[in-house]
Amino acid sequence: MAVTAAVTVYVRDGREHFFAILLGDVTLFTAMLPKVLAGCLIGAFVTLLLPREMVARWVGHESGFTGLLIAAFFGFLLPGGPITIYPVAGAFLVMGADAGAVVAFIVSWTLVGYTRALVWELPFFGSDFVLWRIIEALPLPIIAGLLARIAARAGFKYRDNDQ
Amino acid sequence: MTLAINILLWLVVAGLAFIAATRGQVLLKDGARGGAMEFLLLLPRIGIGVIGSGFLAEALPNEWIAPWLGPQSGFFGVMIATIGGALTPGGPVVGFSIGAAALKSGAGAPQVIAYSTAWALYAIHRLLIWEVPLMPARVVWLRAMVSLPLPFLAAALAILLGRP
Repeated sequence: MAVTAAVTVYVRDGREHFFAILLGDVTLFTAMLPKVLAGCLIGAFVTLLLPREMVARWVGHESGFTGLLIAAFFGFLLPGGPITIYPVAGAFLVMGADAGAVVAFIVSWTLVGYTRALVWELPFFGSDFVLWRIIEALPLPIIAGLLARIAARAGFKYRDNDQ
Repeated sequence: MTLAINILLWLVVAGLAFIAATRGQVLLKDGARGGAMEFLLLLPRIGIGVIGSGFLAEALPNEWIAPWLGPQSGFFGVMIATIGGALTPGGPVVGFSIGAAALKSGAGAPQVIAYSTAWALYAIHRLLIWEVPLMPARVVWLRAMVSLPLPFLAAALAILLGRP
């Protein structure tokens, strides 16, 4: 995809334009590198310092609105990709968390999580845009968690052993 | 702004490294090595993505993007962006490249936010490949269901707050 787009620009707009864009993007990319590295390091340290079992215990036992807030906070805090996050969310359920907390956790990780934002989003969009988007996303995990609770109360069965 | 964020981030890194160091040299080394390794592994992918999205933005026909997804496209543009986000396959490089390219070619910020929010929350491939195998399926569907309105909310908030 990248190569096709680059060739298109080169052929259509000529060499000078091609290099102008290349230079602009390389500059943007290099400017973001220290933040990306910081994101990777924060992620690595948090993984080591914050055992997942501890997090699961916190979220699993607390319910009510505070439970949603805690779940959303850990969604923001926990680094890692889908392969580490979904098992943690599964552990929440096992340890007694309700669907609302699990939903708030996953949505928060997806939308507010700093590792994703720092490592992936920042190099593409720049810090102002990302910061602005995250501020707008702050209430969304809580809203999703509340909606999930409403759905569960309305009779949506989310545990396999529900009667 | 960028500098302030950099300083803040590196203060956090220093703080975490300090806590790790008080718990033992091994922990400090493991953390530093783990973070650095991940950074090196990610570097080429992000590099290609960022540079590629710059060219993609140039190659995309602006006159086509602006009316459909531009700031004037309103709710309809947000709707298209949301559907596009749900249907975009691939990892973060793909989703963010397309979003960044669209933004550069004249798409409105709320529309791009709706796109990346929808893509992050319920890109269909991600639900099927990652979430369903690792989580109870009913929880996944519940989460996807309650996530449906979120891209619209995000876009609405974006319109309300205005661009910085």
